[in-house]
Amino acid sequence: MEIPYSIEEREDTGLINSKLGIWIFLASEVMLFGGLFSAYIFLRLAAPPGDFEYWASKLSVPMATVNTMVLISSSVSMVMAWASLKLKDFSKFKMYMGITLLCSALFMVIKYFEYTSKFSHDIFPSSSTFMAIYFTLTGLHGIHILGGVVVMLYFYLPFSHQLWHDQPEHFTNRVEALGLYWHFVDLVWIFLFPVLYLL
Amino acid sequence: MSGDNSKEAIQEHIRVYMMVFGALAVLTVITVLASFLKVSTSEAIFLALIIASVKASLVAGYFMHLISEKSMIISILLLTVFFFFIMIFLPLISYTDSAGVHVPWVSIK
Amino acid sequence: MSSNNNHHDHPKENFIQSYIFSVDHKIIGIQYGITSLLFLLFGFSLMAIMRWQLAYPGTEIPIVGFLFGEGGVLVSDQYNSLGAMHGTIMIFLGIVPLAVGAFGNYLVPLQIGAIDMAFPKLNAASYWTYFVGGVIMISSFFMPEGAARSGWTSYPPLSIFENGQTIWLISMIFLITSSLLGSMNIIVTIVQLRAPGLTWMRLPIFTWAQFVTSFLLVLAFPPLEAAAVMQLMDRVASTSFFLPSGLVMSGEIVEVAGYGSPLLWQHLFWFLAHPEVYVLILPALGIVGEILANNTRKPIWGFKSIIYSMVFLGFVSFIVWAHHMFLTGMGQAMSAFFQTTTMIISIPSVVILTSYFLSLWGGSIRFNTPMLFALAFLPMFGIGGLTGLPLGLAASDIYLHDTYYVIGHFHYVVAPGTIFALFAGIYYWFPKITGKKMSEMLGKLHFWPSLIFMNGIFMPMFIQGLAGVSRRLADGGQSYAHASGVLEWNEFMSISAFCLGLAQIPFIVNIIMSLFSGEKSSRNPWDSTTIEWAAPSPPVGHGNFDKPVNVYRSSYEYSVPDAKKDFKPQFEK
Repeated sequence: MEIPYSIEEREDTGLINSKLGIWIFLASEVMLFGGLFSAYIFLRLAAPPGDFEYWASKLSVPMATVNTMVLISSSVSMVMAWASLKLKDFSKFKMYMGITLLCSALFMVIKYFEYTSKFSHDIFPSSSTFMAIYFTLTGLHGIHILGGVVVMLYFYLPFSHQLWHDQPEHFTNRVEALGLYWHFVDLVWIFLFPVLYLL
Repeated sequence: MSGDNSKEAIQEHIRVYMMVFGALAVLTVITVLASFLKVSTSEAIFLALIIASVKASLVAGYFMHLISEKSMIISILLLTVFFFFIMIFLPLISYTDSAGVHVPWVSIK
Repeated sequence: MSSNNNHHDHPKENFIQSYIFSVDHKIIGIQYGITSLLFLLFGFSLMAIMRWQLAYPGTEIPIVGFLFGEGGVLVSDQYNSLGAMHGTIMIFLGIVPLAVGAFGNYLVPLQIGAIDMAFPKLNAASYWTYFVGGVIMISSFFMPEGAARSGWTSYPPLSIFENGQTIWLISMIFLITSSLLGSMNIIVTIVQLRAPGLTWMRLPIFTWAQFVTSFLLVLAFPPLEAAAVMQLMDRVASTSFFLPSGLVMSGEIVEVAGYGSPLLWQHLFWFLAHPEVYVLILPALGIVGEILANNTRKPIWGFKSIIYSMVFLGFVSFIVWAHHMFLTGMGQAMSAFFQTTTMIISIPSVVILTSYFLSLWGGSIRFNTPMLFALAFLPMFGIGGLTGLPLGLAASDIYLHDTYYVIGHFHYVVAPGTIFALFAGIYYWFPKITGKKMSEMLGKLHFWPSLIFMNGIFMPMFIQGLAGVSRRLADGGQSYAHASGVLEWNEFMSISAFCLGLAQIPFIVNIIMSLFSGEKSSRNPWDSTTIEWAAPSPPVGHGNFDKPVNVYRSSYEYSVPDAKKDFKPQFEK
């Protein structure tokens, strides 16, 4: 038996189940990253004056700026992918989803170079509390990117295309949920970037 | 999104997405430039967070469609944001408002 | 969540699909129930071993003594492990999975007239994540390092350097994830899948309680997950999130970067752990409400106040956490703030408890087993709550913090409080779940000794705590002169604990016997008004109900003048 309101909206709430579900999940993610941001503030206060600025100066602002633009672009291409589905244009959807995947890959590659350049200069999470919170925040964010990529691949590769043919609305809603998750990952980076690299 | 499923409505949305993209790009540049301003640390923090909040509002409002979202979702998010600020500020205040037991940092290196 | 369009023909499922990896909320609820009850029994046994040591220090522990070194006597590391694991297992592997995973998953869809939870596959995922987390947690006993021994609170710096903590942290990450998935599912289910006519104010108290509890779990657990990741990194990646500079261990300076803060852990931990205690009590309050209404044959007194109080309680529970940290050197402003919010949060609890007591007035009370447990819950929770007040005020807490008084306080709320409510729920809903009735005689044989011995264990703890006996002392306080006058209670308390264990035998026997040869139960054996009783006993495999559900009135229409019997169910015209 079908669970109701998976595709059509419930009248009094105006929502489908997956939309409410993904937003509640994102609320929990706000609290997860919030815990780490709270840790950042606490640790910055606990460190000697200038300690955090000293360690932050070792980060590469240009690389992070490029990554910021890459992630914002991926957010645009993700929402365009969903819009293409709403316009029933599956090939456009694939194109935009492909761009999103490429941007994600680029983000992770730049991140890889960022991390390895730290390690090659003997800078590890254990080097200071700033580096500890830097690697943890960006690392957890990176894991979220990878998670998003896995789901994106699921929708991009032929696994789920039967669902598009059988139930296009259901497929579109699922991509919308993925999009909301992806925009959230972008949102976290929008705060991570200035806090870690510029302050 | 049942009300605005028409082709025109979606095209209008796409226009908005592109404008937001442009705004985000500009704001990113501003974020980096602002970091070079000679201001005190607290002013720098304030400035950075304001710009980040504007960018975040654009993403949340337009890409995530919060600007036209149902009240159930908005209420849950407002609740979350309230608790988020509690979690950020109360430990911070308890750190600064302590009973004077924090010893000066001993450097053992 | 089906990917094909037809509704009524299912491919024949094999045993694995039907029972092991089932996505049916009823099977998953039972899976949670059995697993959590087994963990509760295990956690109880750990405590029984500790209590032997406290009553008869230096003597060999019977039956399982061979597992411990030094002639069957606990060394302090082992005592500490038992203590930390008892707390962890009872809370995270026992009570929460039982109250929310079992009761919530099984009953919420039924009580709202739905065919299943909103996300059945996610439901199965949340159970199996819990199961894996549980296996990891128990496996720590068999690891070379042994089980965690830094308290369930895992305070650094001790927890960073002590044995057994890494596995504890990894397990917690699985358990927290399971909780998040499950509670998200419950919220969406209640919002979206209510039957036609079931408005918010017609929802039963049990469902409201599960709703608020799920919000607490969704929003309060993630900071602990963040903190657990950070503590894990402190242990395995040599970071200094929680390690200050200048630490000296065994006469040697600890080589870490330093500048970390143990207080940071405490804040993030208690940010969850305080709402967590409301997670422990709210489902219990919900269950008690159902059973009181049903067995007084009256609507619950003050239904709206109870609901508003539960919601208010949930909200305020997020801003009281530092009352666990009064002794950390916080300043006056913070101390005043948290004392105030803590005093404020006692108000909704009092409103709910008072409403429950008032609900009894003028009722036609039926003293069946669920009702006995529900009635006993009321004064027991009252004692638990009242003894919390001196702990919420910093002036008295300075003296009582980390003493046996605290242990007495929280055990009153959780043990003769929540656990009694959960027992009540099992007796009450057993006929619905299994289609069989439980024995009233065995039920009473379970109830009366349990009530007596619960008080036998925990009441003297207040005496010991007020005398200043600290908690988590492996020798039970023997090395302190100020404890000498009150330690004689230990034997009494331990014997009560062992008798409490024996008192559970009628319960276990009752369940097994009733499953096989219990009297068949009708659809609505308790003459109740809520929707779960519209389903057959047990409910239909796929879909729960055998006719569509519509709701016509509020949840507790008992003693209605023109009703056929003395009640009008929600679901009947």
